[in-house]
Amino acid sequence: MLAIVGTVPDQEFPLTAGEITLKNRKIYIGERNFPVNRGTPALMAAAIKAGDYLGSKNIYGFLAGDIGRGNGSRTLYEYLSNNLSGFDFSSIVFHYLQPDVDWHNRVMFAVCEMKKRPVLIADAGFMYAAKMSGQAKEYDLFTPDVGELAFLADEKAPHPFYTRGFILKQENRTEELIARAYKHDNAARYLLVKGRSDYVADQQGIIAKIDKPVDAAMEVIGGTGDSLTGILSALVSSKIVIDKAAIIAAQVNRLAGHFAVPTPATKITEIIRYIPKALNQTMKGKKEL
Amino acid sequence: MSFFKFLKPKEKRPQKSDPVKFSKSNCQDRGILVFEHTSEVIRAESFLKKAAKINGGMIRVMGPPPEIRTGCDLVIEFPLIEKLSVLRTLLAADIEPLEIIPVTSSLLLPVNLFQTQDFDQYLMVRAANMKITVEKDTLIIVNISGGGCPDVPYLAQEMVGYHLTEAPLPRDIGHTLCGYALQLAYEEITHQCLL
Repeated sequence: MLAIVGTVPDQEFPLTAGEITLKNRKIYIGERNFPVNRGTPALMAAAIKAGDYLGSKNIYGFLAGDIGRGNGSRTLYEYLSNNLSGFDFSSIVFHYLQPDVDWHNRVMFAVCEMKKRPVLIADAGFMYAAKMSGQAKEYDLFTPDVGELAFLADEKAPHPFYTRGFILKQENRTEELIARAYKHDNAARYLLVKGRSDYVADQQGIIAKIDKPVDAAMEVIGGTGDSLTGILSALVSSKIVIDKAAIIAAQVNRLAGHFAVPTPATKITEIIRYIPKALNQTMKGKKEL
Repeated sequence: MSFFKFLKPKEKRPQKSDPVKFSKSNCQDRGILVFEHTSEVIRAESFLKKAAKINGGMIRVMGPPPEIRTGCDLVIEFPLIEKLSVLRTLLAADIEPLEIIPVTSSLLLPVNLFQTQDFDQYLMVRAANMKITVEKDTLIIVNISGGGCPDVPYLAQEMVGYHLTEAPLPRDIGHTLCGYALQLAYEEITHQCLL
């Protein structure tokens, strides 16, 4: 089973764990629900839509409310540290949590105590903590955008906000930034770099570049990175190997966006609804997988 | 609270009573204000910049040096000679720093590069990992993207759909470095659209 860990922007939302469902543009977990806007609920909605198509319906969620003060994230970190070893997941996606290296390390200890090591995917704040912990290589996949790739490539930056200018200026040189991130052990086994062109890479270099269809507006729509990570996590959970799953996910996310005829004002929910159609079209040509 | 303290060597933290360590670098005349939360840094910066227009002082928001093991992930660098004036300004605004200490090592420089992209009807500005997009005709914020800290979805929820001049400001409701980066992007897009 796939597990998704993250936060929602409501400080009254308590720590909640359980299987998640999607209904009327809301994520339901336990007795609670939260609207799909962007962030972790968008990732969850995309994973559910993709999972429905792929036939892997059960997805487990860990959610807490956090508006940036870090209290909800710390509650979540503590719960995972104490309880994760008792779960059995095929893959875990860590998402919008307040970056905290000490707590990150405690969660990793709990992961090590699981009976079977799940595929580990990190995005957003948890990816920042994973890089800064020096344990990036323990992860199977990071999903940075181009700005976050520059942060991974800067061995001295503790947060994207402090990425040094000479590295930021290399954003059009994705291959060099990927190589630099691996050189300093700040990348996971695979990288899926999200941007105008998406890149799948590993330590040997770029495996694939996905740049069609082209809809420039996708870059500015909040949640397109979340939906991509959600599709990817559902594909990985359905036993498709990680690099191929990353390539398919990038193609599907771009296609779903294209079907929505996006403008910079498009909402992510308008794109998520097209994920099954995009998956259907993309998977038709990939029966060998 | 700082999330990258583990990077910092376990040196004795300079105390207020410590003598200023003079070095060949030109930082011996600078001090830093350490705060508990990023939101306090943002408020303090706002007040000190207003005061600086009056007395000519120079302040900068920077990353904390390795030896600082308290406070958040931003500090304010200021001319030590203006310590009393700075303190008076902060106390008048009811802001109290955790510590005031001299600069003895290099500080992390926040990102200062902005990228602007024109989408005909829309304009996007990016600062570090944060992007803000407005509709040019109406100046309505239509999207906020990027970032990884939990206040990013919150900021998007609170700001999208509002006019640039009517939206709540990241400096007022944000709490993290991503929130601060969004404030910089907001200021840049406001500068480009309104000036």
